[in-house]
Amino acid sequence: MSTAYQIVVCGSIVPDPLQTLEPIASPTGPALKNEMMLPAVLDPWAGHALYEAANLAKNQPGSKVWLVSLGPKAKLQQVMMTVAQKVPFELVALDGSASGFTDATETAAALADAIAAIPGLDKSRLLVFGGWESASRGAGATMQMVGERLGLVDQFQGVDQLTVNADGSLEILERIEGGKHQVSKCAGAPALLGWATGNLPEPRNNPQVGMVNMRTVMPALQKAKPTKLAGEGLSFASVALPKQLRETQIVKDKSPDDIAKEIVEWIKK
Amino acid sequence: METILVLAHTETDGSLAKPVREALHAAAALHKSLAGSKLLVGLIGEDVQAAANSIAASPATKYFGVTGADFSVSRYATDAAAAEAIFKAAQATVVVAPATSRWARVLPGVAQRLGGRADTHVTGVAVADGKISVNRWYYRQRMEGVLTRTQRPWIIGVDPGSHTPCECGAGAASVEMVPVNLTEANKRTTVVGIREPKADAQTIRPDAELLFVTGAGWTKKQADGQTHVPEAEKLILGFLKQARASLGSSKSLVDLGGEGQAVLPFLSHLNQIGQTGATPRHAKGLSTCCHGEEPHTVGWRFIGERRAISLDPNCGWARGKADVLYVADAFAVVAKVNELLAAG
Ligand SMILES: Cc1cc2nc3c(=O)[nH]c(=O)nc-3n(C[C@H](O)[C@H](O)[C@H](O)COP(=O)(O)OP(=O)(O)OC[C@H]3O[C@@H](n4cnc5c(N)ncnc54)[C@H](O)[C@@H]3O)c2cc1C
Repeated sequence: MSTAYQIVVCGSIVPDPLQTLEPIASPTGPALKNEMMLPAVLDPWAGHALYEAANLAKNQPGSKVWLVSLGPKAKLQQVMMTVAQKVPFELVALDGSASGFTDATETAAALADAIAAIPGLDKSRLLVFGGWESASRGAGATMQMVGERLGLVDQFQGVDQLTVNADGSLEILERIEGGKHQVSKCAGAPALLGWATGNLPEPRNNPQVGMVNMRTVMPALQKAKPTKLAGEGLSFASVALPKQLRETQIVKDKSPDDIAKEIVEWIKK
Repeated sequence: METILVLAHTETDGSLAKPVREALHAAAALHKSLAGSKLLVGLIGEDVQAAANSIAASPATKYFGVTGADFSVSRYATDAAAAEAIFKAAQATVVVAPATSRWARVLPGVAQRLGGRADTHVTGVAVADGKISVNRWYYRQRMEGVLTRTQRPWIIGVDPGSHTPCECGAGAASVEMVPVNLTEANKRTTVVGIREPKADAQTIRPDAELLFVTGAGWTKKQADGQTHVPEAEKLILGFLKQARASLGSSKSLVDLGGEGQAVLPFLSHLNQIGQTGATPRHAKGLSTCCHGEEPHTVGWRFIGERRAISLDPNCGWARGKADVLYVADAFAVVAKVNELLAAG
C-alpha cells in the first residue's frame, strides 16, 4: 500500500555557525549584534528533516513537500537561493523574527496556523517534520507545540530513521540516552517527527530543481504574512557570553613519551 | 503562591534514574526559597510505589501516581495524558522535570495542552525577589541567558548532570493514584524495543570521567604520505578500553562514513560533538587529531578540564579552547598512553 503523503517541514534560518556571535540588548529584548548582517544558513537539523522529506516523497508517488519557514523575509530569500536548489518543495513563508530569543509557544502558534491554512490539507496523509532542536533557541519545544495545536499525538523526537512498512505503518528510530535508539511502530499518518541527523547526505545543488522551486518561492516570499512574536510574559535578566576563555598552555617540544606520561597522570588524577 | 510539582517517570525496573534526583534537588531548593510554596511529586510508570518509597524522605508533602502497563513505555500520547492528569490533580503552577529523552519528547506538548509555557535544557534554577528565574543556553551553547516568566503553568526541564542529586532517603510514601482514560487514539504507536550497539561496540558512555574526541586527522595522510586507518582504529579502541572513556568525534570524521570512504566503523552521528551534535557532560576531555573549530568546540561547553593533541600549533584549541595543547603526533602519543595504561 503506497500512501501519497503531505509532508510539511518546519524549518527556519540561523546564523552561519562559523560566525562570531555577540548578544546585545535591544528595545524588544536580547538580540545578536549585527543580526541582519550575519550570513545565514538553513537550520541544520531542519535541513536534515527537509532532505528526509524529499527522499520519502520521491519513494511514495504522489507525495508532496512543503517548507514552512518563519524568518525575516529578506534573509529567507537569501537562504532560499541555495536551499531551493537542493530538493523540490513548496515554500510557505512567514515574515518575522527567527531569533533564538523568541518564545517557542508563539513561534509554534504561527507555524501551526500556517500549516492549517495550506489549501487541500488532508490530515489522514499528513506528516509534519522539523528539526528536533533549532541551532538558535535550541529548545526542542516548538515542534511538540505545533503538533498539539494540530491535534497530532503520535510524536517522535531525535528521529534518525523512518521506514514505511508495506502495510502503511511507520517504523521510527529515535535517539535516547547512551547512544541508543528506541524503535517504535506507528499505525500511519498523521504523525509528527522531529529529526536529528537522519541518514542522508546533503543533496548537491541542482539548478533545474532550483528553477522549478523558484516559481513558487518568490510569490510565497512576496505574500509572506507579517508575524509578530511579542514575547508575552517572558523577560530576560541577562544574556551573556561565557566568561572563561582558557589560558591555553601550548606544549611544543616534548617527546611523545613525556606527553604520554603527563596525559596518563592527568587521566588518573 | 507556587505549587511546585516534580514530574518523573520510572525506569523499566521501577527505579528512579539520577536525573530525577537532580530535578528533585533543584525543585526542593526552589521550594525552600519560596515562602508558602508547596512541593509535590508525580510519578509515572508501570508501578511507582518502589520509586516513591525510594525518595520518601524528600521535602515533598504529597505523591501522585499514574500506573499501568500503558505507562511503562516511552510514548508521546500516553505520557502526555498521564502528565496532564497528574498536573491537574496536583493543581501545580510550576513543574520541574528531568530532561530525559522521554520527558524532552513530551513536556513542551504538555505545556501547550495546559496553556502554559515550557523551558528546556535548563542548567540553573534560582529565586530572586520572590521570582523564579532559570538559566539556559542559546545558539548551541554559545551564550547563556537568565529569564523569568509570568505565565503559569511553567514547565522547567532540567538538563541531566546540571544539578547535584538530592540525598533524600527512603521510607514509606503514600501515593495517590490518578486515573487516566486512554482511548485507542492514544495507542496508535507501539514501542517495539531498543536498538543498541553490541556491548563491546558501545562507545558512548555518559557516565565516563573522560570524553575522548577523535578528529578527521586520524584518517588523513601522515608524515610518510600514507593514511593509517587500521592503526588509528586499533589505537582509538585500545584507548577507550583502557581509559574507559566515552567516544566523541568531530563532524568531519563522522561525515566521512556517509561518503563511502574507508573510515572508522564504530563511529556514527551519535558520537558527533558540537553545533549539530551532542553537548555531553564529563569531568575531562581529550581531543585528538581535531582542529578545534568553533562549531565543534561549542559541544565542549560542559566539559571540565580540556586537553588536545594536534600537529597544528595554530589550531582552535590553542586559542583559549583547551587548558593544554600538545603539539605532537597523536599516533605516537596515544600508542604510548595505551602502553602505560595497560601496564597499570
Ligand atoms: C552548519 C555547520 C555545522 C557544523 N557542526 C559541527 C559539529 O556539530 N561538530 C563538528 O565537529 N563540526 C561541525 N562543523 C564543522 C566544523 O566547522 C569543522 O569543519 C570540523 O569540526 C573539522 O573537523 P576536524 O577538526 O576533525 O577536521 P580538520 O579540520 O580536517 O582537522 C584535522 C586536524 O587533525 C590534525 N592532525 C592530522 N594528523 C594528526 C596527527 N597525526 N596527530 C595530531 N593531529 C593531527 C590536523 O593538524 C588538524 O588540526 C559544522 C560546520 C557547519 C558549517
